[in-house]
Amino acid sequence: MAMFDYWNPQIERMPREDLAKLQEDRLKSMVHYVYDHSPFYKERFKEAGVVPSDIKALADLVKLPFTYKVDLRNTYPTGMFSLPRNRIVRYHVSSGTTGKPTVVGYTKDDIEMWSDSLARALTSIGLGRGDVIQVGYGYGLFTGGLGLHYGAEKIGATVLPTGTGNTERQIMLMQDLGSTAIACTPSYFLHIAEVAERMGISIRDDTSLKVGVFGAEPWSDETRRRIEEATGIKAYDIFGTSEMSGPLFTECREQSGIHVWSDMFLIEVIDPKTGEQLPDGETGELVITTLNKWAIPLIRYRIGDLTKINCEPCACGRTHPRLMRILGRTDDMIVIRGINVFPSQVESVLMTIPEVGDHYQIIVDRKGPLDIMKVMVEVTETGFSDKIADLMSLSKRISKELKGVLNVVADVELVEPGTIPRSEGKAVRVIDKRKV
Amino acid sequence: MVAIKQISLFVENKPGRMAKVSKTLSDAGVNIRALTVAEAGDFGVIRMVVDDPEKGYKVLHDGGFTVSETEVLAVEMKDIPGGLYEIVNTLGESEVNVDYAYAFVTTKAERALLIIRVDNIEKAKKVLTGAGIKLATKDEIQKI
Repeated sequence: MAMFDYWNPQIERMPREDLAKLQEDRLKSMVHYVYDHSPFYKERFKEAGVVPSDIKALADLVKLPFTYKVDLRNTYPTGMFSLPRNRIVRYHVSSGTTGKPTVVGYTKDDIEMWSDSLARALTSIGLGRGDVIQVGYGYGLFTGGLGLHYGAEKIGATVLPTGTGNTERQIMLMQDLGSTAIACTPSYFLHIAEVAERMGISIRDDTSLKVGVFGAEPWSDETRRRIEEATGIKAYDIFGTSEMSGPLFTECREQSGIHVWSDMFLIEVIDPKTGEQLPDGETGELVITTLNKWAIPLIRYRIGDLTKINCEPCACGRTHPRLMRILGRTDDMIVIRGINVFPSQVESVLMTIPEVGDHYQIIVDRKGPLDIMKVMVEVTETGFSDKIADLMSLSKRISKELKGVLNVVADVELVEPGTIPRSEGKAVRVIDKRKV
Repeated sequence: MVAIKQISLFVENKPGRMAKVSKTLSDAGVNIRALTVAEAGDFGVIRMVVDDPEKGYKVLHDGGFTVSETEVLAVEMKDIPGGLYEIVNTLGESEVNVDYAYAFVTTKAERALLIIRVDNIEKAKKVLTGAGIKLATKDEIQKI
């Protein structure tokens, strides 16, 4: 695999003061732009009693009102666009599991910015010309497939646009065309590895795969360790939401946080209850402001992901701030008897237990007035004992370790491998029967 | 080789699971000599002795089952009152513990076979053989 250091060294290594100056200039013009182009923002600014000229420095950001996901739904389909249709070259639509879907539009420059962001990201994990990048994200209305596709083509890599599904063919093509990298959800990659093993193919020994770019669902460092140990590849986290464009940023080779390009996006972390900005290093809700996006720019958009920002310079030489591992989305949080639980916390416990398989599912139900949580795990052959007593103590041990981290009692159900549904896209980790 | 390989499987306690296991073996032409199911609520463990344990293990493993091989002893037992007593008494007096056991009668011979998993297989072999009790070999199991 070829090694390339930076896609745009001048921007990626720009001193922080210069980056801040660039952000300030772009923020000021962006505020004017949305005020002039988007009736939605003109109205929103009026309600908040703020005009573009009030924004003189980065610190004035807090004067601006927030934008919410519900705003995109309420203005469905294109009420928040800042440009007319003759400037839009593409739409993407996010799945509307709750209520209406959200529509995102792109100008030619927006697509360019998106690809540029991914070109920097893919370069930072050592990919470039000569690599074969298998894009196993869905193509179509979902941003994952086309997003990665454009980014990968931009760096001159060879794209293998498999999309999702047809796992055996994915593996055959991976071997025959020599994929060196794959981009898909981490749960789908685990499934690919599982199917490959059944076909008698070792990802480590029988393919050229070196790198995985995994995202579109929260996953833990423990899962990363499992993937890396089982398949010998390096697994990198990728982040982005459709409202921001799609997948945009990854970790660099240091695997120590996701670099968010400051010339494109301004990020803050706030206390989700009060809306107050939190200092770097504190966990809160991620809020983004687009600085270089024109069809549907967003001001202080509350994504709902819980994370923290690290502004320390990275060992890779990039100066842009890093998002530390995303704990989950506020929508993913489940409340069990008044205690907040994130599926990612459950995952991080399970993946340290070798007798437990890579897939799991959480089932929440109500028994009388009481919430009950059941965690289904598959028993692997690693350490499988044919003594009933050993299996009983395994399920007790899992339950105890979960209790230690979550402070919630969970029933553990041991199931056969292959029982928990495999997903080709985003895995369904939680089934909440209380809502039905 | 006196110890024989038993195949153990983790199964959920649900309709059709045993059928899936037996179909996998039947398709591969593997014959089951003896079988027992231990259940514990939501799940259970199937243990069995088959004519070709290597093949049996492979087809079940490839079929995605959680399967393991365990060394057990197949002890020849006289098919008369007191047949079992002779064996377990010999083990008991030598402080060998039987984790679990199940028996089957063969059609050809006038004898029964007792499959046992013990905590000390080497010692069990020694004391049983010393007491004049015969242990069936892998080949003998295959030929039944």
